[in-house]
Amino acid sequence: MSGKRVLMQGNEACVEGALAAGMRFYAGYPITPSTEIAELAAARLPMLEGHFIQMEDEIGSMAAVIGASVAGVKSMTATSGPGFSLKQENIGYAATAEVPCVIVNVQRVGPSTGMPTSTSQGDIMQARWGTHGDHPIITIAPSSVKEVYSEIIRAFNLSEKYRVPVIFLMDETVGHMREGIEIPAPGSYEVVDRALPDPDDKSWLPYAVESDKEVPKIPPFGMGRRYHITGLTHDERGYPTNDPAKAEKFINRLMNKIELNRADIDAFEEYRLDDAEVAVLCIGSIGRSAREAVNRARQKGIKAGLFRPVTVWPFPEKEVYALAKRIKKLVVAEQNCGQIVLEADRCVHGACPVQFVGKANGSMIMPDEILAAIEGGIC
Amino acid sequence: MDPIVKKYFRQDMLPHIYCPGCGHGTLMKDLATAIDNLGFDKDNVCIVSGIGCSSRAAGYMDFNTIHTTHGRAIAVATGIKLARPELKVIVITGDGDATAIGGNHFIHAARRNIDLAVFVFNNNIYGMTGGQYSPTTPMGDYGTTAPYGSIDPSFDIAVLAKAAGATFVARGTVYHTAKTVRLMERAILHKGFSVIDCMSVCPTYYGRKNKKGDAADMIRWQRDHCIDSADARGMLPDELEDKLIIGETYHHNRAEYTSDYQELIDRCKGGAQ
Repeated sequence: MSGKRVLMQGNEACVEGALAAGMRFYAGYPITPSTEIAELAAARLPMLEGHFIQMEDEIGSMAAVIGASVAGVKSMTATSGPGFSLKQENIGYAATAEVPCVIVNVQRVGPSTGMPTSTSQGDIMQARWGTHGDHPIITIAPSSVKEVYSEIIRAFNLSEKYRVPVIFLMDETVGHMREGIEIPAPGSYEVVDRALPDPDDKSWLPYAVESDKEVPKIPPFGMGRRYHITGLTHDERGYPTNDPAKAEKFINRLMNKIELNRADIDAFEEYRLDDAEVAVLCIGSIGRSAREAVNRARQKGIKAGLFRPVTVWPFPEKEVYALAKRIKKLVVAEQNCGQIVLEADRCVHGACPVQFVGKANGSMIMPDEILAAIEGGIC
Repeated sequence: MDPIVKKYFRQDMLPHIYCPGCGHGTLMKDLATAIDNLGFDKDNVCIVSGIGCSSRAAGYMDFNTIHTTHGRAIAVATGIKLARPELKVIVITGDGDATAIGGNHFIHAARRNIDLAVFVFNNNIYGMTGGQYSPTTPMGDYGTTAPYGSIDPSFDIAVLAKAAGATFVARGTVYHTAKTVRLMERAILHKGFSVIDCMSVCPTYYGRKNKKGDAADMIRWQRDHCIDSADARGMLPDELEDKLIIGETYHHNRAEYTSDYQELIDRCKGGAQ
């Protein structure tokens, strides 16, 4: 179906984009509202000589994804809030052991079982800090079916390039929305595969790099380089250590690997911001309501604009501060009781007032609700 | 140096962390000996472990090794095996790792009959955390969390494995080294889900808490109380009362998961859906 225009659901685009990026292993456990991802992966993967497995639970799904990736296959799982909570320990393992993988979370209303079929953005902070300990993570939030397709490819590319788990943070609205999209022809988009060590490099060590900006070159199991992988804090050989100097080197390298490559990882949408006096910051599907709110405000003569992080973590702090310095107010709209607003407020450094528009009842934030905040005073 | 230790262990990782008298070192060497006897290329062997004393073994062994999260070794191994069926995938786990926190993966991998060889280094205790009772601590025995004796009935790992669908099941001990090596070879060669309940000894925690004597006493107990499964068949229940059945306890051939998945791929490529 290359180059064709098709009507596609967000969850379907997630699978098709992942396959285009080279995903050939999927392990999952049924959970609303992500289930179509597993269903389509089950149908499509065997045709491409890939593997789908429905595991016995969410924890096992994440573990199997790690195993398949260690064996050299681009791997993915998809879930929603309750399952995302269960996967967290192994997500931290993937971050620590530097195992590339993509975890899709089609967010639904929480806490707990919440409202399984209703939309939410309640897992923004869990995507960043869900697993224990300091760790690097990349999180991407798409706002349209087209963006699901293109951004899941970028999610795999970043995961392979930086050997880091990438959280693909959809929401029920984006997952179940249907839109017409142009499927890009193979070769028209970049596909990145993890770097392998030079076969002649006799001094190779799995976790050795020359600078923190570099990413270790770790071949899949079975390629003749025998090495050890562990979730214990480890040295350049992958061997466990309790030495504070080695532990410090380890955690600094892990965090710097992402931080020093921000220019390549960051992505955001700016809409009508050039002369804006009021800006709306939001992610995912709320970008659609916000765009409409900005247009309506402009019709009323208010200079409004939109700033939408597509890479949510790491958060675009420099850009938000620069924006805050040249506007009169920042409106932060999200489908929860206040998560990304905490990060936005931190990054504004008091340069402008921040107004929060939140909703956590399972219904979408409508354009007029954002418009009222654009027009209104500071709450 | 012992040629098996020299050939199959990472010299720069030794000495290992096991307590004096621990049975796990013997079991590690049994496994290396079995792999040596089979003549496998080290590059094609993966050893996957979970968390606990048992699971530190992977790090010492010179193969493709991965020390995963607590209870998840079999699930990680499932991903490796499905992605690369040509690799020999061996799991080293413990009684708590395999049958408590990882119990779900254990029974479901058995149900699938995926081609993994699972060696449960069973020391009847959580050793790494200092001696808490495990699912294989005999009822009435003591642990730091069972100060009045455990009231939890224990699992028989061999019976559990068979009931869940494993197709090769056996039990070895650290006393019966030659037999355990042979069982390990057969488990690795078996096309399907194989489990060996490898009876270790933990004199430091389980032995001390339960007045089982020192390591030599605990190993002598194995010598004096084990009956081979073939011999046990002709014995009466009361004759077996204080006995531990070792050797192969179950062997059955049925469809293996990765082979079936390959057939599925072939069907899909042929146009079926």
